[in-house]
Amino acid sequence: MSYKFFPHTDDDIRSMLSTCGERSLEDLYKDIPNELVLHRDYDIPEALSEIELRKCFDQLGAMNTSLACFIGAGCYDHYSPSVIDSILSRSEFLTSYTPYQAEISQGTLQYIFEYQSMMTELTGMEVSNASMYDGCTATAEAMMMAVANAKKRNKVLVSETINPIVLRVVDTYAKFHGIEVERIAAKDGVTCRADFEAKIAKGDVAGVIVAAPNFYGIVEDYTGWADLCHDNKALFIMNCNASSLGVLKTPAEWGADIAVGDGQSLGIPMNFGGPFVGYLCTSKKLIRKMPGRIVGATKDMDGKRTFVLTLQAREQHIRREKATSNICSNQSLMALYVTIYMALMGKQGLREVNEMSYSNAHYLADKLLETGKFEMAYPGKPFLHEFAVKVKGDIDALQQGMLDKAQAQFGLKLDGDTLLLCATETLSKEEIDNAVKVCNSLL
Amino acid sequence: MNNVYYGKLIFELSKEGRRGYSLPENKLNNYKLADMPEALMRQRELDLPQVDELTVVRHYTNMSNNNFGVDTGFYPLGSCTMKYNPKINEEMCHHYAFTRLHPLQNENTVQGALKLYYELQNMLSELSGLSEFTLNPFAGAHGELTGLMVMRTYHASRGDNKRTKVIIPDSAHGTNPASAAVCGLDVVVVKSRPDGTVDVEDLKPLLNDEIAGMMMTNPNTLGIFEHNIAEIASLVHEAGGLMYYDGANLNPMLGMCRPGDLGFDIMHINLHKTFSTPHGGGGPGDGPVGVRAGLEDFLPNPHVVKDGDRYTLTFNDKSLGSVSGFVGNYGVIMRAYAYIRTIGKENMRMVGPLAVLNANYIKESLKDCFELPIGGVCKHEFVFDGLKDKSTGVTTLDVAKRLLDYGFHAPTIYFPLLFHEALMIEPTENESKETLDGFIEVMRTIAREAKEQPDMVKSAPHTTPVRRLDDTQAALHPVVNYAELKLEN
Repeated sequence: MSYKFFPHTDDDIRSMLSTCGERSLEDLYKDIPNELVLHRDYDIPEALSEIELRKCFDQLGAMNTSLACFIGAGCYDHYSPSVIDSILSRSEFLTSYTPYQAEISQGTLQYIFEYQSMMTELTGMEVSNASMYDGCTATAEAMMMAVANAKKRNKVLVSETINPIVLRVVDTYAKFHGIEVERIAAKDGVTCRADFEAKIAKGDVAGVIVAAPNFYGIVEDYTGWADLCHDNKALFIMNCNASSLGVLKTPAEWGADIAVGDGQSLGIPMNFGGPFVGYLCTSKKLIRKMPGRIVGATKDMDGKRTFVLTLQAREQHIRREKATSNICSNQSLMALYVTIYMALMGKQGLREVNEMSYSNAHYLADKLLETGKFEMAYPGKPFLHEFAVKVKGDIDALQQGMLDKAQAQFGLKLDGDTLLLCATETLSKEEIDNAVKVCNSLL
Repeated sequence: MNNVYYGKLIFELSKEGRRGYSLPENKLNNYKLADMPEALMRQRELDLPQVDELTVVRHYTNMSNNNFGVDTGFYPLGSCTMKYNPKINEEMCHHYAFTRLHPLQNENTVQGALKLYYELQNMLSELSGLSEFTLNPFAGAHGELTGLMVMRTYHASRGDNKRTKVIIPDSAHGTNPASAAVCGLDVVVVKSRPDGTVDVEDLKPLLNDEIAGMMMTNPNTLGIFEHNIAEIASLVHEAGGLMYYDGANLNPMLGMCRPGDLGFDIMHINLHKTFSTPHGGGGPGDGPVGVRAGLEDFLPNPHVVKDGDRYTLTFNDKSLGSVSGFVGNYGVIMRAYAYIRTIGKENMRMVGPLAVLNANYIKESLKDCFELPIGGVCKHEFVFDGLKDKSTGVTTLDVAKRLLDYGFHAPTIYFPLLFHEALMIEPTENESKETLDGFIEVMRTIAREAKEQPDMVKSAPHTTPVRRLDDTQAALHPVVNYAELKLEN
């Protein structure tokens, strides 16, 4: 027996077994009742060499098609600088564990500190945790945080204009955690203010969750929402597209208590839906109720400025069932991803990405309207890079035609005749022109 | 790893006017963000660093040099299964035919991605002895939570709504009770016997019609196989509960034993432990959840199923709901798939036995210098209760820190909580006899140093980029971002 991941020679095995006072490898399992032992080989494929494995992935890959991307809905095709993957492949980052041994983990601790600093800068909030799984679970954690903060209230209001994919996860966590989720109605593509005012006034609400931009791409006006929440002792929670915060009003400027969302829009490849990174930022007042890891600055014995995991008394390995959350990791490498992205792009780059996405999306919308075969689903509402249109014709046939003739994923079909479209900086004017031309020919 | 501390922050390298990116010219610049209503726009200027590309590359490269990874050296971190992360996995997960896929694009254009997911589900089912897996949960803790949601959904589907309690051994990791609490279950603790296994006599009176199930790790956190598992499973089943297997310690079972055959109904697997995907400094991992026949419908949406020759995503009304936006950490799923295909059936059966051999070899070689509270054969890991000679005042923390000076990562320390000076060692199957001998020699040296130069050991580490840190100050006076740090100075 000799295999590349096993360094043991037959002599090694004999000599090690002898140290252990055992005669065979099977003897090491003698404490397991024989009837519980598996006495056959697994029914899985035989080992592949690297040559064969590459062919295997090529064959699987040939069953996929990369498409021009006119779809968003929670996952966005943004530019990823090549520097990032190169640095992430450094095994010192890739193959390390959670930085418990701070003396040999300053690399990880430092970039998490940078991540927290950039996320607080981006959201305007006071503190950020070390990252979470994704935007959906981060939103669910924010909901549980609001309920824990309110102590005796277990109702949370959630706007109907939030991405239904996020809502599915929020509803699931709520069901098991004993939280009542009540919807705030949507009207004309935005959250209904009157419905919010009526529901918050009942005085039994722990938190209110809204989205910016919302699922339809609309940038809603939340003036006065935070005050109304606070007057009624509820936390105001905003789920924001991370990239858009480079230009849109920040959760802090809206008066939010918790800002959450997915960091995927900060350059992380779509990668069939993961891994992404969730962010959760809040006020200093709520820091001890925050889930997840936090890195803080301190000094070592020699007085050097260093970084360390801190406020661990909140966490599951100490508090067990009384912990703020069961989270015991972060999405560390993906936090590094967005940290390097923000370092490279800087304030100017983030603005340019948003500017180009805005230009492309608005140009696309104008060109589609010019064909006379589309109209805006919510006319007059401000949007950034995503918008809903009504299609005069069969959406399924249109999408299939766009796949066949333009190699494009042309939006996400919503109910009936509505299509949610997106354009980011990765699309060129020519690609948009071509898409519109093909659309026109199909309808 | 470089022992010279780098220590700079990217903000300190910033200079107004530098840039680290290039974008195409915006040919549509008659459409301007400035046309958006002012009230919706960011007011405060965004203060991100301004740095050129090479500065960014050097900064993070230098930073990485202060980090220790599996590729740097031996990482005997108990219960974390720090096995080798094969390079071919990394190459495969960056395959261009996968990285550009949008998770909501037309199913006909992602058949390869779905096929890979489906085949990994099936291989995990075979390796576990269970019926069906979901790969949607993002991590081990997330898998636990999902598995407990399956448990509750099963009971609710039978109208059995009284079952609100879950039994957890006192030796369990803190995540188990925390996951139960998030899932809305109350925790009932069952005691361990002196040999570290669950006390069946203590368990019996805890079982009643309010018990939703029991969570166990097997081998447990002491590395001991719970030999009464068949009896425990049958007692819990008789009481109407389900058995949950925490897959944190699955590695030693590979080739020898399957959780489904032990009587477990639901389990999670940590792909970043047993199936070689990198820990990434704390994530991303992935925590697939498997169930026995009869529980498949309760798994989270979406499900990946095969319909004839076609793979498809389905949503099921009986499901517990959704725990992720899409289908999990797909890049991690690709790595685990590459690993299992690379190992194959003929090598998979050796993973557990070699991991167990390595653990027992270290244990037997060091038990004269370190206190071994529970003897006999261990599985993939074991626990020492500190140095045998307690008179020196040298603690487990000191031993751990001194190991860093010798170029080894420390074991897991002060866990499990059953022993005051716990030192939990897990070597994995990838480590050679020479590496283990080197570690054993250093551990013996530290035991000697503890007697001869205790103060030197107590002030270790001495050669790392930084020395021991002031945790207390960090917690009492949290400084958690650069803006706060600037105010400190």
